[in-house]
Amino acid sequence: MSEIKNVLTEPLFNKNPIALQILGICSALAVTTSLQVTLVMCLAVIAVTSFSNVGVSLIRNHIPNNIRIIVQMIIIASLVIVVDQVLKAFAYEISKQLSVFVGLIITNCIVMGRAEAFAMKNGPVLSFFDGVGNGLGYSVVLIVVATIRELFGAGKLLGVEILPLVTDGGWYQSNGLLLLPPSAFFIIGLFIWALRSWKKDQVEEPDFKILPNTEHSGGH
Amino acid sequence: MGLRSTFDNMAPHFEKGGKYEKLYPLYEAVDTGLFHPPNVTNNTSHVRDGIDLKRIMITVWICTFPAMFFGMYNIGLQANEAIAAGAGTAIEGWREMLIALLGGGGHNPASFWDNFAFGAAYFLPVYAVTFAVGGFWEVLFAVVRKHEVNEGFFVTSVLFALILPPSIPLWQVALGISFGVVIGKEIFGGTGKNFLNPALTGRAFLFFAYPADLSGNSVWTAVDGFSGATPLSNAQEGGVQAIIDGGVTWFDAFFGTIQGSMGETSTLAILLAGVVLMGMGIASWRIVLGVFVGMVATTWLFNFIGSDTNPLFAVPWYWHLVIGGFAFGMIFMATDPVSASMTNTGKFYFGALIGLMVIMIRVANPAYPEGMMLAILFANLFAPLIDHFVVQSNIKRRVARVS
Repeated sequence: MSEIKNVLTEPLFNKNPIALQILGICSALAVTTSLQVTLVMCLAVIAVTSFSNVGVSLIRNHIPNNIRIIVQMIIIASLVIVVDQVLKAFAYEISKQLSVFVGLIITNCIVMGRAEAFAMKNGPVLSFFDGVGNGLGYSVVLIVVATIRELFGAGKLLGVEILPLVTDGGWYQSNGLLLLPPSAFFIIGLFIWALRSWKKDQVEEPDFKILPNTEHSGGH
Repeated sequence: MGLRSTFDNMAPHFEKGGKYEKLYPLYEAVDTGLFHPPNVTNNTSHVRDGIDLKRIMITVWICTFPAMFFGMYNIGLQANEAIAAGAGTAIEGWREMLIALLGGGGHNPASFWDNFAFGAAYFLPVYAVTFAVGGFWEVLFAVVRKHEVNEGFFVTSVLFALILPPSIPLWQVALGISFGVVIGKEIFGGTGKNFLNPALTGRAFLFFAYPADLSGNSVWTAVDGFSGATPLSNAQEGGVQAIIDGGVTWFDAFFGTIQGSMGETSTLAILLAGVVLMGMGIASWRIVLGVFVGMVATTWLFNFIGSDTNPLFAVPWYWHLVIGGFAFGMIFMATDPVSASMTNTGKFYFGALIGLMVIMIRVANPAYPEGMMLAILFANLFAPLIDHFVVQSNIKRRVARVS
């Protein structure tokens, strides 16, 4: 039980796939302009990661080692197609906004990474929860980014007006940069900064140190 | 040495174990700002130049004064002319009160003092906000990271204020300089480790975040209801002929009595500062030459290619020199010693890249009439790469000589 709890909660902040391993950045840039779309994307990724983990884990002892990546890809790709079809059937508008990015979950490094690093070595139940946990870790970052981008970029949250815009007679002037993809980079960067100030063990060793150029003798 | 002893008496409070230990950077900044730093060389002797970072930064700061004062006069001139011509009305509010306080509240474009007071009422608040907000971040980072407050911010703040349009809202100024200082500089480790020019980073942030307040036809003159194209956007419509039809001669643009950002209009004042800075060896003449030659060469190329649909292709280089932010960027921004290339050969290439990109963006990209900001930031990114190749080719050459 504690193991399940562990694989579920560790990826949230301690081993966050985006913040610590810097995986899955591409979709974080593309789908975070509005919170609604982001939530759907997060659900899709959680579904794919968890079930692909289960699938890979079930047959892990039968996969020949030299074609394992291909087998994993087939499982992941099938799941992504299912998710894509479900979205098209039940949430057509949002699936149009997500466009290619649902299909691109196949290439999301988090999914592959968990299948390869965790599901190949653990049982299906644990693998399932590891997939959910990592999907949630991905979601935490995306939701933070999307909340900031939609709130300050468009003055809304989930389509509901929070900050009335100047253009509609309100007082808030929307920040156009937040609607452009680079802003997600800045926000993720600031998120990582905040996270690593909180959890100091995530800070990487600097590649090289610059020596101080003056000795501090301490005053006059 | 009354002041010196006051500082010496205060010093123990700020040093380790003192009451205000945390505020040491602030004390240090004021002390070394007024006095020469006490640190002396105590190992092997070496040649030492009297010019240190502090003096460099103060010199650059003083060198912006001609452009700054002319800018203030010109802000007033442009606005008062528009008011006199009935093209707009003065914006009521605290700034109008400030103008009344400074210059009696007149709006006569022929009066030097009316113009200057108007400009001061617009520029000085922007500069004050820049300095206060940016300075707050500088001190905060210095205190938390326990390093000294760097003089580089003197230059960053004044350059940032000078490249904004006069009608910019003050809260945007605060936001822009915060982004420039924090994202453009401090997160990379502070002065000396920033690979982008912080002032331009802040402006780029504002440019993309609030395009309506940083570009277009109504932001360059600080009066209500006025709309007038800058020479640069006129050139986009109809080339040099359109600039001249807009009532601007080459000499107007050279002296700077045209619309534009607060400190960038007077090419003359900027070039004067450039001569001083290059003469003192503070601004690299190699970069300036590179930018200039790159710009002229690219312009000739476009002149030669020609275009029936885009009148900017035919604009000659001496116009590109005087319109928009080219001169300001060339003298003050491109020569930023931290974000430019370090090697002497690299500086030529770095400058030429800016010259090439600015004309490419101005002429070939209709979305951004002004290319200088983006061109310099672009070249900043390439500066380390350029240095790498220069160093490698030097190594290769010397290896070939011994073998």
